Amino acid sequence: MEDVRKLAIIGSGPAGLTATIYAARANLSPIVLAGIEFGGQLMTTTKVENYPGFIEGIDGPELMNNMMEQAKRFGAEIVYEFVRSTDFSKKPFVLKTDSNEYLAESVIVATGSTPRRLGIESEQRFWGKGVSTCATCDGAFYKDKIVAVIGGGDSAMEESTFLTKFASKVYIIHRRDEFKASKVMQERALNNEKINIVWSSEVVEVVGDTFVTGLKLKDTNTGEESELSVDGMFLAIGHEPMTEPFVGQMELDPRKYIVTEDGVHTSVDGVFVAGDVADHVYQQAITAAGMGCKAAIMVEKYLAG
Amino acid sequence: MTVQVNETNFAQEVQQKDGLVLLDFWAPWCGPCRILGPIIEEIGDTVEGVTVGKVNVDENPVLSEQFGVRSIPTVILFKDGQPVEQVVGVRAKEVFLALIEKYKV
Repeated sequence: MEDVRKLAIIGSGPAGLTATIYAARANLSPIVLAGIEFGGQLMTTTKVENYPGFIEGIDGPELMNNMMEQAKRFGAEIVYEFVRSTDFSKKPFVLKTDSNEYLAESVIVATGSTPRRLGIESEQRFWGKGVSTCATCDGAFYKDKIVAVIGGGDSAMEESTFLTKFASKVYIIHRRDEFKASKVMQERALNNEKINIVWSSEVVEVVGDTFVTGLKLKDTNTGEESELSVDGMFLAIGHEPMTEPFVGQMELDPRKYIVTEDGVHTSVDGVFVAGDVADHVYQQAITAAGMGCKAAIMVEKYLAG
Repeated sequence: MTVQVNETNFAQEVQQKDGLVLLDFWAPWCGPCRILGPIIEEIGDTVEGVTVGKVNVDENPVLSEQFGVRSIPTVILFKDGQPVEQVVGVRAKEVFLALIEKYKV
């Protein structure tokens, strides 16, 4: 007979791991499909100062490592595999990774969101070779170099300001002729003499040999193309939910977030949701953790019938 | 065993070494590196047939540049002195064990 788990949790950020801790303590013996890289978005942050319980704050990676160890302490089984596809049309539910297939009576989807990419081929080719989504991780490699930040929101302003600590020059490239970032953040960036703004432009190609050497830009008004010499490109164009494995299996909204009426249940009976994958409003570690807790409690009720 | 690798001893510790060397590029300011560090060191302590080396990128910019390290943590697996695999970001121990298994003679 095939091995059917009571509960499979997909994702290992604050939502997935909080769900795991609650479910493991409730003797549901959850299996966690943690992904190839575990810990979610907090793994690429520095200090988290608004997660309650840490007077001086805590490093994001350390917080996630703690949650992981806590989950393991209660006997959760963790596998470092990435769910590629699912079948929620029949029970038990089927989850497929690159190497295995898992069966479960119930599922918590806590896959979170991922930094949005431009979606052009050259961006993929130079990934880790000058293209990055994490200034705090990679900024120090751009000492005295020229970098571009793509975006116009708060995170673009923050990343640009941070990068001036290392880079000799930072371009902010934005599609529109105004930023949607908050006033304070905008002013901080605009008043920084190392920061130059390139308005109404989008990146059509990343240019280079082994590493990035420049960007091909297109003026969004005139369509005119130009080239800009840079050593690195940092993307700060928001996030998108990781719902690719669930397309056609459950209801998603037009922005591809999982549809949930109460923040816990989904369109499939027995499949629950937690964290950023169903939340485009709050997107905090603590709200994700809270949703994870709620999902685990609902799973317990569901399995008890 | 874990060796501190720098620009001075790189040739001796990595390039001229037969077999497998797992080289971890890190920096003190890098949060994810602090999670990956102990995982890699444990491999050095417990797995036969592989040497683990640590490269502080702040102190060894030439090595980072030479191997195209622009993001950390980056782990490079060397076989007989030649880089054969490069992994960027924090991964579980199993991922590295599988790589070691793949290149083991």
